[in-house]
Amino acid sequence: MHLAVWTYEGPPHVGAMRIAAAMRGVHYVLHAPQGDTYADLLFTMIERSKTRPPVTYTTFQARDLGSDTADLFRAALRDAYDRFRPEAILVGASCTAELIQDDPGGLASGMGLPVPVVPLELPAYQRKENWGASETFYRLVRTFAGRNASPPGSARPARHPTDRPRCNILGPTALGFRHRDDVKEVTGLLERLGVEVNVVAPLGASPADLERLGEAEMNIVLYPEIAAQAASWLARTFGQKTIRTVPIGVGATRAFIAEVVEAAGLDATHLLNAEESRLPWYSRSVDSTYLTGKRVFIFGDATHAIAAARVASTELGFAVVGLGTYSREFARDVREAAAQYGAEPLITDDYLEVEAKVAELQPELVLGTQMERHIAKRLGIPCAVISAPVHVQDFPARYSPQMGFEGANVLFDTWVHPLMMGLEEHLLGMFREDFEFHDAAAPSHLGHAPKPRETAAGARQAPAPSPAPVAAETGWTAEAERELAKIPFFVRGKARRNTERFAAERGITRITIETLYDAKAHFSR
Amino acid sequence: MNDVALPTRHADDRLGPGGCASVPVVHERGQREVFCGLTAIVWLHRKIQDAFFLIVGSRTCAHLMQSAAGVMIFAEPRFATAIIDERDLAGLADANEELDRLVARLVSRRPDIKLLFLVGSCPSEVIKLDLGRAAQRLDRRLAPSVRVLHYSGSGIETTFTQGEDACLAALVPELPRAERGERSLLVVGALAEAVEDQFQRLFAEMGLREVAFLPPRRAGALPAVGPRTRFLLAQPYLAETARRLEERGASRLDAPFPLGVEGTVGWLHAAAAACNVAPEALERAIAAPRRRAEVALAPHRARLAGKRIFFFPDSQLEVPLARFCANELGMVPIEIGTPYLHREHLAADLALLPPGVRITEGQHVERQLDRCRAARPDLTVCGLGLANPLEAEGLTTKWSIELVFTPIQGFDQAGDLAGLFARPFARREALAV
Repeated sequence: MHLAVWTYEGPPHVGAMRIAAAMRGVHYVLHAPQGDTYADLLFTMIERSKTRPPVTYTTFQARDLGSDTADLFRAALRDAYDRFRPEAILVGASCTAELIQDDPGGLASGMGLPVPVVPLELPAYQRKENWGASETFYRLVRTFAGRNASPPGSARPARHPTDRPRCNILGPTALGFRHRDDVKEVTGLLERLGVEVNVVAPLGASPADLERLGEAEMNIVLYPEIAAQAASWLARTFGQKTIRTVPIGVGATRAFIAEVVEAAGLDATHLLNAEESRLPWYSRSVDSTYLTGKRVFIFGDATHAIAAARVASTELGFAVVGLGTYSREFARDVREAAAQYGAEPLITDDYLEVEAKVAELQPELVLGTQMERHIAKRLGIPCAVISAPVHVQDFPARYSPQMGFEGANVLFDTWVHPLMMGLEEHLLGMFREDFEFHDAAAPSHLGHAPKPRETAAGARQAPAPSPAPVAAETGWTAEAERELAKIPFFVRGKARRNTERFAAERGITRITIETLYDAKAHFSR
Repeated sequence: MNDVALPTRHADDRLGPGGCASVPVVHERGQREVFCGLTAIVWLHRKIQDAFFLIVGSRTCAHLMQSAAGVMIFAEPRFATAIIDERDLAGLADANEELDRLVARLVSRRPDIKLLFLVGSCPSEVIKLDLGRAAQRLDRRLAPSVRVLHYSGSGIETTFTQGEDACLAALVPELPRAERGERSLLVVGALAEAVEDQFQRLFAEMGLREVAFLPPRRAGALPAVGPRTRFLLAQPYLAETARRLEERGASRLDAPFPLGVEGTVGWLHAAAAACNVAPEALERAIAAPRRRAEVALAPHRARLAGKRIFFFPDSQLEVPLARFCANELGMVPIEIGTPYLHREHLAADLALLPPGVRITEGQHVERQLDRCRAARPDLTVCGLGLANPLEAEGLTTKWSIELVFTPIQGFDQAGDLAGLFARPFARREALAV
């Protein structure tokens, strides 16, 4: 058992739903107890879908457990086929149905339905949402693309000289963070490069489209968490090339273009020269100087976290102090990236561990998921969302890709917005007793009514982070405590931690003003 | 409606011998598009402010909770999930030891918790994890700082608001025994704080001082119960809670639920009659708020009269809501779906329904959607899984969960309640895109 205050991923059957809901002509019959239909809301409310997800649930209740739940499943499957007439049916179990072991795949295979039935084995007590989506997509690709596979060992025929190179875009799903606009941005980029998009899948694809996947000569894996497994099978089966660079950020987009043109044998010099994002100039303009060395903590799925670290470090000039992911499948990649930026790696799906790490590192900005917004609120740290899980506000009406050159523009605005703006930050450092602009107030451009200042003595801020209130053991003198309060709040946590570490290492028990400044000098190296 | 006693007398007339048994109910089975009882934690954790809800379940349960509540940004969430993993299922880990470890971690992190609910789920019920004993054991260990109780909010046993029933039923054995003496009145069911305060004032004006509410706002303020306790249900989904209160000697007052003027008058009348309040005292207390409510209802009635309304099952509030819509707004209920129908608790409301309404208990969501599409009601009350898809088909909807999260009971909320049904029409008229 483990304690989950918040969970980064849903159960694997939700991943399967994301594939079914993304596609056309696929229906999912899910053996699940009453109540599991809550997952429909993810699609109809969070993503604001106009249709119900193509999922039929058996919704068994306690009274059904005494009788034949397998019959219930068979009846639901038969009804779903008769009513929806899909081209293909997925069958599987949710966590509770897994315990009663009715074997949906076996039951369905004996029913002689006139369409392909793809059974899903999604171990709900071991695996999670992205794994479920990846596995489901892989099963569907094998079933349908596999129909057109050449005999093993046969070479891929060369492209006709007058044909344009063709690619598949793999990975976008329903409920994906900005998948809708990323696909549009990347498709536009590929068109300008002269590369034709053969199939986008699973988003918008039908089983018949999946049958055509082998016709393209390369696969663009936009979201490895969803599509890496299917792409590597396609590469083996059809001799297709795989484009692995995820085009999030200006540098990564350029690397992506380079990888595509090399694979397609094209020349993209003109395009690389012409394509432009505003991020490089915005980031170089003097207004952004104060962003230099801002200490940022990054957490999300592996793809978005690694991409964000590169942008933060090389395109915005932040210092990445922590880099983590809940995608255990990609832990090695995240560790390597963290080493590259000198950041602490964190591979966990335990929200409390992430919270403890943020509290310990005391960053000035958190780039994370909806869950890190809870942490940042608790610790009073600015935060922007870079990855799923996300809530309704991160399925915006406006065009908001993360990928490509427009995506980089979006990233610049989104990440800088929560930070205190330059002038305000300077003035706060100089004058600390203003009744309107003060520590406890949110940045004024965020438009909240200023909170009344606490009484003079209570000016200490920052709720003690949950594990181990360190300050209790080290003795701060009253003067040193007051001096600490003069340090701007967004670096104060870090200053407190450094001073205490400095004192502990030297066996200093009473922290005075002298200790504070000694530590400051020590760590300024 | 000048006579205070009218609604209940009216109800009694209709009931007669055999009573509400005469209202035909269609039972339906099939896919149910409803929440499980865990969802009740979304409002219960705000109502009882020093309580914490620890679900023992799967990742699905945790995912449900954060999908439902996670749009709010919590600095200190008051619920969490102990996720069962494969080691627990394989018997490699002693589930009870695991639970003890997690609870210890939780309690040390959150010293402000006074009441901890272990909440059962489908997985924990199917593997027969004995949370009752776990709660007893933890309760002994954590006494006296934390009280530990348990109930089940699983989907296989409970539907949406029944989670509150299960939670309050778990509280009933904890209630202190009432001293012998004066009769007391207990109002049962989570109400918005403002509504609770309004009722408290009305009872005081009627001369009733000894009125308590369950659940209380703080875990330490549990009301007393005993053979001289009369209780009024404020919500229609409290079957088990009522049963346990009756086991402790308390007696339930028959009344319609306090939705709209008619329901609130009937509800207060039941309290007055049981507590020997003179009719004049009741009339004095309610005259002004009742007039206010009628003023507030009038413009909504003008907009809504004659509109046909279709209820999908969700919370068990459907019958009293349909009664309000029909009798006070002039709407025409076509079908009233309810997940469960407690005939005894709903007797007064059923008797006040216009004749000929189709009531369905249970659900086959696809067939019900077929009926709804065929009937093309002016307003469809349904859950969020259906609302947007039906809107996209051109039907006007009112999402039903809001009716559980909004103060709707009592005189001063009658206008707001009508407003909830009127707003989708106002919006349709306002939008030119």
